[in-house]
Amino acid sequence: MDAVKAFLRHPSGMAGFVLLIIVLIVAITAPVLFPVSPWEMSGTPFTPPGEDGMWLGGDTLGRDVAAGVAHGARVSLLIGIASALAAMTIGVMIGAISGYFGGKVDLVLMRVTELFQTVPAFILAILLVATFSPSLLTIILTIGAVSWPPLARLTRAEFLRLRGREFVEAALCQGESTARIVLGHILPNAISPILVVVSLTVATAILLESALSFMGLGDPNLMSWGFMIGAGRTVIRQAWWMSVFPGLAILVTVLAINLFGEGLSDVLNPRVSRRRA
Amino acid sequence: MNRREFTAAMLAASAAIPLGITRAAGQPKGGTLNTIIQPEPPILVTAFNQQQPTLTLGGKIYESLLKYGADLKPLPGMAQSWEVSPDGLTYTFKLFPGITFHDGKPMTSEDVVFSCMKVLTETHPRARQNFARVASAEAPDPLTVVFKLKQPFAPFLGCFDCTSAPIVPKHIYEGTEFRKNPMNDKAIGTGPFKLKEWVRGSHVHLVRHDGYYRKDQPYLDEIIYRIIPDSASRALALENGTVQLVQWSDVEFFDVQRFKSQKNLAYTTKGYEYFAPHQWLEMNNRVAPMNDKRFRQAVMHLIDRDAMNKRVYFGNAKVATGPISSKTKFYDPKVKRYDFSVEKAITLLDEMGLKPGANGKRAEIKYLVPPYGEVYQRAGEFFRQSFSKAGIDLVLVGTDMAGWADKVGNWDYEMTQNLLYQLGDPALGVARTYISSNIKKGILFSNTQGYSNPEVDRLFEEAAVALDEAKRQELYSKVQQILVEEVPVAWTLELEYPIIYDKAFKEIVTTGIGSHETFGSVYKS
Repeated sequence: MDAVKAFLRHPSGMAGFVLLIIVLIVAITAPVLFPVSPWEMSGTPFTPPGEDGMWLGGDTLGRDVAAGVAHGARVSLLIGIASALAAMTIGVMIGAISGYFGGKVDLVLMRVTELFQTVPAFILAILLVATFSPSLLTIILTIGAVSWPPLARLTRAEFLRLRGREFVEAALCQGESTARIVLGHILPNAISPILVVVSLTVATAILLESALSFMGLGDPNLMSWGFMIGAGRTVIRQAWWMSVFPGLAILVTVLAINLFGEGLSDVLNPRVSRRRA
Repeated sequence: MNRREFTAAMLAASAAIPLGITRAAGQPKGGTLNTIIQPEPPILVTAFNQQQPTLTLGGKIYESLLKYGADLKPLPGMAQSWEVSPDGLTYTFKLFPGITFHDGKPMTSEDVVFSCMKVLTETHPRARQNFARVASAEAPDPLTVVFKLKQPFAPFLGCFDCTSAPIVPKHIYEGTEFRKNPMNDKAIGTGPFKLKEWVRGSHVHLVRHDGYYRKDQPYLDEIIYRIIPDSASRALALENGTVQLVQWSDVEFFDVQRFKSQKNLAYTTKGYEYFAPHQWLEMNNRVAPMNDKRFRQAVMHLIDRDAMNKRVYFGNAKVATGPISSKTKFYDPKVKRYDFSVEKAITLLDEMGLKPGANGKRAEIKYLVPPYGEVYQRAGEFFRQSFSKAGIDLVLVGTDMAGWADKVGNWDYEMTQNLLYQLGDPALGVARTYISSNIKKGILFSNTQGYSNPEVDRLFEEAAVALDEAKRQELYSKVQQILVEEVPVAWTLELEYPIIYDKAFKEIVTTGIGSHETFGSVYKS
């Protein structure tokens, strides 16, 4: 409860949280606000914002940009959260095994992690998506597969720090199983920094998905912000609104998640919160 | 044919000469034309590669015996006259004297025979089919070529444009492995311009061929083809005058409108008559539900072609009514019309028993998006939205160039979009998509959808060998009626690509081959 109270008193963290809630509400209510499919070519192509009942304008085929931005929020958040969870699953598992067992296992797993860290994440993502043909599932798995190394390293560091502590040794003396020690004793104590990094991973995942869609490697059946910018980019001289509004949506969402994540970090990190108190 | 007939025919044919070699007094010499080539061609030898960029560039370097006007009638190319025997079996071409290759060696009838019968039959899929109809090709003297056909083939005179029968030097290619000949990099042809340098990723520089056989031509000193991969940069280059000519899809359709009103630029859609690019939604006829005629008819009713033209192509197209383009010979508008009507489509789908399932969907179909740029992506989105009205769920699948060619060529697709050239005559550019003898696995632009109807095969074959124009029209009218009823593919639009150029340049578009022309007669005022 102290943490919640501290967060409520954290101005930028709360600003991020409020923005995030707004984005979430838009995503949830999109089918109500814009009951017609965002792909529907209901208006005149190149309608400027405010005309023809489309307050963010129409795109090159006459599709409502506002509907696209609202429905795109669902896609971006879904992909962001799902791929961050995927990255968390992989990263925490590898980091936990590596940090807990140490020795040769650690050596091998960390070399593998470094291998992933040396390859630029975006290039690897392009390669993976292009190879497995773009769809919702492959994009989530791909982003998960290129985003886990920082999580693995963090988890490993936390495990290294905690595994020599007295409560872990006490558990060992009592003959508790390895799984119980890892999941029941070490992980709960390591979870707060992991959660902070996961929340920031959501932001980078949204950016990665947008970049992939921008390059035409998104799921062609999903209206996403990156896709809208990519499609509107070539006509930006004639029709700025087609790429600017989805761009703003990405900016706001990523900013909100970052502010939220940093606020979370300040609150959950004991040293900082002590200083604040 | 006796001698008198031959002389008469030669006289008749020679009437065509002035068209080819007249020169109005005072065309100024000199000047540089900057233009665009995109994407960068893999090779410049048009005998070995027939993708559009190769042909546009190679058209300046390689020539053939004939050219074609906007009315698709043959004009003199390297042949100054030609003559057809009354039985339609013997074609005699007389070449211009003094034609030389870029390496200075003379071009003779031997080179023509070698190119057509040895090289093209091995390396050029379209030419292979055309010259397979030749029984013998002879070079009785250096300026005469005689083709004897196995049986009459009405459009044979249509097989000699620079894209279908480019002439390559025999002294360079004889006895070598054509595609691996190191001289391919030099691109030795007979055209008015020769290759000076090709800096990969940057530009291709062509300069005048001084030994060109047409008096005073070429007027320009050089042509520079700039390689600009990004479409926004291409439009900018035209706008600020870095380039003075764009063709085909160099500028995107949505930019065309802007350039129409730019004062120093001229805009035309002429110069594509020979190719008449014809676009359709291709449906694999082997796969359910596309194997049912009623489904394909329903698809025709579901596509609002006018809206597609306006929204996706910005009005740079004309609605297609059937397999033959309105710009091609033997086009017949009197065919069944499929108006845009969701109700009619639903009636047809209900009739064939394709009822909506539990989720309200009648069918889920994979649509392979051709990887040729943004307009194709938009077209796919347009189809998907159109079909959703009747409960047909189109799932767009992205792919790369090689993947698309591989999947379509090997029939491993459900729906996609395709665009083929008509090449002036239905026997050359249309029949190949519908006749069952052209169902060839692994070959793109064949009858990939697997449509087969013996009656259609018979009509196309009879029309190809018939010599009487009226008879051919009757056969082609009939085949158009059958095809439009059976809808092997859903024809959408006849695309009207633009040619936009700086008004300082004259004679840019002179024939139905447009931007693939030699540009020997282009001059800067």
